[in-house]
Amino acid sequence: MKKRPIGRTILYAILIIYAVITIFPFLWALSSSFKSLGEIVSGTIYFIPENFTLDNYKEIFTREPLFGRWLLNSLFIAAAGTFLNLIFNSMAGYALARLTFPGKKSIFIIILAVLMIPFQVTLIPNFLILKELGWLNTYQGMIIPGAVNATFIFMMRQFFINFPKEVEEAAAIDGLGKFGTFFRIVLPLAKPALAAQTIFVFMAFWNDFMRPLVILSDESMFTLPLGLNSFKGQFISFWNYIMAASMVFTLPILVLYAFFNRYFVKGIKFTGEK
Amino acid sequence: MKRGKSFIKRTREAGQGYLFMTPVLVILGIFVIAPILYAIFLSFHKVQLLGGSHYEFRGLDNFLKVTFDDRAHIALKNTVLYVVIVVPLQTMLALVLAASLNAGMKGQKFFRIVYFLPTLTSSAVLTLIFMWMYNQNGLINHLLNILHLPTYNWIGDPDVALIAIMIMNIWATAPFFMVIYLAALQDIPGSHYEAAELDGASGMQKFWHITVPNLRPVTSFVVIMGLIGTFQLFDQSYIFSAGSGGPNNSTLTVVLLIYQYAFKSLGTMGYAAALAFLLAIIILIATLLQRKFSKEESLY
Repeated sequence: MKKRPIGRTILYAILIIYAVITIFPFLWALSSSFKSLGEIVSGTIYFIPENFTLDNYKEIFTREPLFGRWLLNSLFIAAAGTFLNLIFNSMAGYALARLTFPGKKSIFIIILAVLMIPFQVTLIPNFLILKELGWLNTYQGMIIPGAVNATFIFMMRQFFINFPKEVEEAAAIDGLGKFGTFFRIVLPLAKPALAAQTIFVFMAFWNDFMRPLVILSDESMFTLPLGLNSFKGQFISFWNYIMAASMVFTLPILVLYAFFNRYFVKGIKFTGEK
Repeated sequence: MKRGKSFIKRTREAGQGYLFMTPVLVILGIFVIAPILYAIFLSFHKVQLLGGSHYEFRGLDNFLKVTFDDRAHIALKNTVLYVVIVVPLQTMLALVLAASLNAGMKGQKFFRIVYFLPTLTSSAVLTLIFMWMYNQNGLINHLLNILHLPTYNWIGDPDVALIAIMIMNIWATAPFFMVIYLAALQDIPGSHYEAAELDGASGMQKFWHITVPNLRPVTSFVVIMGLIGTFQLFDQSYIFSAGSGGPNNSTLTVVLLIYQYAFKSLGTMGYAAALAFLLAIIILIATLLQRKFSKEESLY
């Protein structure tokens, strides 16, 4: 096929320039996290740190003793929340796709309607409900309200509708009940859909800022985004620390992405087809 | 007998159906459905939280209060300005990137991984990184200096603070929508382009006459997602201004205002609930208008 070389050069120029624009802030943050405070305040602009140092990474854990705790809080809330989402959303999606029960249609419509309600509408009443339950500043207060997700119930339903019926029929003949079939046969075969869900739900919990801001006021219960924000308040011009903390916070998601990369694209594609 | 048996079977399946639905029904019931009803109740009341909750019925007062609340007007103006600038720009940028990437370029995978980075990173981290770059003698002003362009006090100047957030968020969100476009581009039949090539169409002509029309439904989806996301701007404004919406209310958004009225001042929680409803209605209207204009109903 004949291609115009000028056109391709322009396209490459666009792609490369935008790649540089994208990666630049991250490299700058990474480089700043290895600089000494002296270099940060001096206002010199060098990409390679003059005195390369790992001290910032040590300092953030000693200067802010809660930093490790925030990391653990975030990991625990995101992991537990994701686990519950995977199970609950899949169970509901399966029931909506495969089982017949009265009211199924209305339940499905309600779930679709929930998708349209902005989260700010329910945030204030949620705060009051959690207060009544005594769940403010608790893990369950962060995890349980977010343990189901209408988008992914819908996604799992679509997935199970296209799932081959023969598999379940064979399981039924082998004498497995609905629960046995679901947990032992169906769920393990739903891995691609679960993987896409994992990365999106985990990221949503991990990066969430507004909900923890409302629910958590006790510093020791903070998640990383909140911690990072209060850390910034305390060390306002210590950008070397703030950048090191930001890098620590970004790493787990990059690792997760490296593992689930394939499913990520599929998941986004699904969102687009909704 | 046969009828009875199938009745038992049906009953059992229904029971199993409800069992499978139980966690979702309970959680949605307590934390979504009940809160919506509760929010309606709150929006008609004055709420006092000092030592137990007190509710005082105020009718439509909370909704009427919006008309003479100056900060609400500022927040709405900022938010609308943000939406009308960010949504078109991020959509166009996403489309251009996706089309460039889809033109059979080498290194597609590499570019895609790089472009993904902002999508993966939390808003809190991105905002901090940009605040560091926007610093008075930070990287961005330094680069502007080298290029002999004017420098700005990006965070402290009320005239540019919101623009600084806009730039950051266009940069951060466009790649996510690019991926949606990319998936859709791969579904356009190659024969369309081949036919156009036989007619001697240029790359630009192919983009305008084949790519853009074929992507219409996806564009509609991207714009709606963009509208919903931008109307809810909060994290960046909050971190940028340390929760105040400053300097001089220039980064105050509707959601930030709702947060302040609900949790940072006394006795205005009901008003905040009313504002949240108004925001939901604004988003709904914007979405419906968008759909009407794009005449594309098959998406949701």
